[in-house]
Amino acid sequence: MIHFHPEKARAFVLDDERAHWHDKALWFMRVKRDRAAATVPEWESLRETAEGIKLHTLSRLADYLEEFERNARANGIQVHWARDGEEHNRIVHGILEKHGVTRMVKSKSMLTEECHLNPYLESRGIEVVDTDLGERIVQLAGEAPSHIVMPAIHRKKEEIGDLFHEKLGTPKGLSDPTILTEKARGHLREKFLRAQAGLTGVNFAIAETGGFVVVTNEGNADMGTTLPPVHIASMGVEKVIPRLADLGVFLRLLARSATGQPVSSYTTHFHAPLPGGELHVVIVDNGRSSMLSEEHRRKALCCIRCGACLNTCPVYRRSGGYSYSYLIPGPIGSVLGPHRDLKGHASLPFASSLCGSCTDVCPVKVDLHHQLLVLRQEAGEQKLVPLGKRVGMKAASFAMARPALFRAAGRFARFVLRVAPGLARVGPGAIWSRGRELPVPPRESFADLYDREEAGKPEGRS
Amino acid sequence: MGKVGLFIPCYVDQFFPRVGLATLRVLRGLGLEVEYPRDQTCCGQPMYNTGCSKEARPLAERFVKLFAGYESVVAPSASCVSMVKLHYPDLLGDSAEVRRLGDRTFDLSEYLVDVVKVTKVDGEFRHKVGLHRSCHGIRELRESRSSERMDAPFDKTRQLIGQLRGIELVDLERPDECCGFGGTFAVTEDAVSCMMGRDRIADHVRAGAEVIAGYDMSCLMHMDALARRDGTKLPVVHVAEMLEKARLTR
Repeated sequence: MIHFHPEKARAFVLDDERAHWHDKALWFMRVKRDRAAATVPEWESLRETAEGIKLHTLSRLADYLEEFERNARANGIQVHWARDGEEHNRIVHGILEKHGVTRMVKSKSMLTEECHLNPYLESRGIEVVDTDLGERIVQLAGEAPSHIVMPAIHRKKEEIGDLFHEKLGTPKGLSDPTILTEKARGHLREKFLRAQAGLTGVNFAIAETGGFVVVTNEGNADMGTTLPPVHIASMGVEKVIPRLADLGVFLRLLARSATGQPVSSYTTHFHAPLPGGELHVVIVDNGRSSMLSEEHRRKALCCIRCGACLNTCPVYRRSGGYSYSYLIPGPIGSVLGPHRDLKGHASLPFASSLCGSCTDVCPVKVDLHHQLLVLRQEAGEQKLVPLGKRVGMKAASFAMARPALFRAAGRFARFVLRVAPGLARVGPGAIWSRGRELPVPPRESFADLYDREEAGKPEGRS
Repeated sequence: MGKVGLFIPCYVDQFFPRVGLATLRVLRGLGLEVEYPRDQTCCGQPMYNTGCSKEARPLAERFVKLFAGYESVVAPSASCVSMVKLHYPDLLGDSAEVRRLGDRTFDLSEYLVDVVKVTKVDGEFRHKVGLHRSCHGIRELRESRSSERMDAPFDKTRQLIGQLRGIELVDLERPDECCGFGGTFAVTEDAVSCMMGRDRIADHVRAGAEVIAGYDMSCLMHMDALARRDGTKLPVVHVAEMLEKARLTR
């Protein structure tokens, strides 16, 4: 998996028009985010506060989770604990089986993607319909989300028209977003009415109240949890925050960072089951506590899944969600995926120019690009860096530790570049010059010029 | 002020000696005592960024030794400076010596503005200039406010070159997007890297820039290599070269 990202990215970039379309669509989100953030004079202190709350919560996570559990139970919510994705799926299936559910609607939850819940339930005869418009599009297309907030951002409206024509029987050639949305709405309305259970993710679980909050723009989570009697909410252990008073800090940051909206259309608080219904919360670890135990990785658990680091990432924008081997793409995915399986996602820590834009845009100040750098060292230690690079770096390090050798090698390289530049087009030089010219070599190095300057002689040819 | 150790990154030494010379002359022009430790080579950043800590460590160790005796260390490259400042403690262990070196190592612009406290720049540069703010200068060294942050704007490089007579700094659509160099990233991910660089150049061209100025030669080298391949007439110039003939006063 060492070459996964560069190969997929190359293919993406090859379609220049589409790659630029993708880049611009996501940059537009970044611009919207900038405008929204600029309206909050205390934006930077808000980020610091959010980071502080998250780090504090992580420092006593077990206590807050238990407090949440106690208060949720007191509200009549049934709380379940899942060690991993498999256990989560088993619990969800158990609840559905008990109620004889064969049709379930689901609002967006990256956690259930992580647990591969849909195929698990489908293979057991349960229809799962994703009700977020973007999620429904990728589900109909048999794809995974290519973005955590805008799952179908890689699809043009014409392609969605074709897909709806094929899967939903809409007239051929539709491309008007309003009409397409209306069609999807009609299709989903029927699914909502027939559903026997609804599943949602959790944006924030509040220890103090035992309630939780789900944020959407389409109201699909509300439809999916008020119509059917059974509501299951799946949450990672890191979603808990201590107090209701803390929530405002995150809500002010979340929508602005994600889509540039001051607030999402629907922020729904759940505290108790519907009359005569059931409300279940499944709290999932699935590798999170091992991340918590490692100091330099802990901060990634602060992530509130706003997607701002994807929108700002110059690499993500130009390589698309599917160039990442992990289900969460972009900078945050390149941290989370390799934590789970470094070998399986060995190209991801390197799928970044380390520009640091992700770290500065992050509403909870996750040090994303520094985590990528740490992961690179781990990849190096485990020999998950391509052999050519390792050998090259060894040779360079050897030469650089010996000034005379460095100077001689430098002089030789400049000579070759001058008289026979073709010879420099081997190895990395060949790749460099696929799209670019090699540097024009000067006759003298700086060290030469320095000696001349010291001797008070005028500058020579350079 | 005590002696300044001039840190000329390996690729600047070999490929952009004029930039090193301009840096030396700018510093000496301020009356500073500047010395170039002859045995310096590379700070180890290429190895470290490739995940090869083991190969980076001996280079970092010799760098610390070579520059231990100077009051300040100054380089015309934000990226190499951030390696020393931010990553040496991770690579070598957080010792007082390493920390002290990091605290005293500066990129040229920040050294001139923060340490020497240059207030007046008397010189000229009669061109329409697109300023390329390199990522490590912005988001590691904080030489200017990043476009992501919402606190008060500042820009140390602009503070200096903006005073040159006749200069016209053009406004870019994306004021600080990465040029795509990224060290070995330029080779590992060359497709995305080239696209990033070309997009950056196009932004400068649209803004009407006649020249791209910057404080990090590696980014400038990358964009120059792309511009030359495409036949785009857009030369690059390092801030040190723009300041070389100017009179700087504190």
